[in-house]
Amino acid sequence: MRHVTSNLNTWLGIAAVVLATSGGDVLLARAMKHIGDVGELRKRRGLLHVVLRALGSRYFLLGVGCMALAFYSLLFGLSWGDLSLIGPATASLTFVANAIAARIFLHEHVDGRRWAAALLVAGGVVLMAL
Amino acid sequence: MTFRKYLVVAGVGLFAATGDSLLSYGMKQAGNVSLHNIPGLLLAVINPWVALGILFLLGFFACYTTALSWADLTYVLPASSLGIVLLALIARFALHEHVSATRWLGIALVSSGVGFVTRGPELTQHPGQPNVSAATAGPSR
Repeated sequence: MRHVTSNLNTWLGIAAVVLATSGGDVLLARAMKHIGDVGELRKRRGLLHVVLRALGSRYFLLGVGCMALAFYSLLFGLSWGDLSLIGPATASLTFVANAIAARIFLHEHVDGRRWAAALLVAGGVVLMAL
Repeated sequence: MTFRKYLVVAGVGLFAATGDSLLSYGMKQAGNVSLHNIPGLLLAVINPWVALGILFLLGFFACYTTALSWADLTYVLPASSLGIVLLALIARFALHEHVSATRWLGIALVSSGVGFVTRGPELTQHPGQPNVSAATAGPSR
């Protein structure tokens, strides 16, 4: 019974991490594209300006909120399952979810190469979960 | 891509993998956490290993947001996913977790996917969109 609870909690943690991370990634990517090349901006206007620009973006703040949720979901998952399952599973599933979300919400060019990569990653996740 | 940008992308994977490993070690010390014990989950950050893991994850966040300012999300994530392989090595040799042959095969497939995607361009250019450096002059909203 404890084994079933442990497995359920592990996968619950993985699902929460993937959803929260994908939401956070899309929001952060949108915010950083609005801000522009951070390296160039820091050279011209200074680090403080970059930080203030980021903190003034509501997409950035929402993204950070999602990342915080993902972080606590990760702590929850790690307290029940092995890192060798949770680490790769969350990273890989997040990659697949992000490929879909980036195409829909960020209008990124996700070509055949990137979809093939997504399928390889998905297959890898299935093997890791066996 | 300049050498500095490659370093930033590598930093994303390295900081994330090391931070996750430190968190795992710390959470194993802290013991199981349940949804009925939310304060226990919040207090877990007092553990020194968890705190060190958080520092590394802050380094990850700095590299990650920097990379997202000049590259696609669908480029940055896979390009930095070689950290998954590093995670498996840390889990096996530092944390002494059992990593089965099937899991190793899964990790190999993930790595192949990473190899595929990193051979393409790092940024989607939309028609009529200013380049990234020009966008720095515009408002954030």
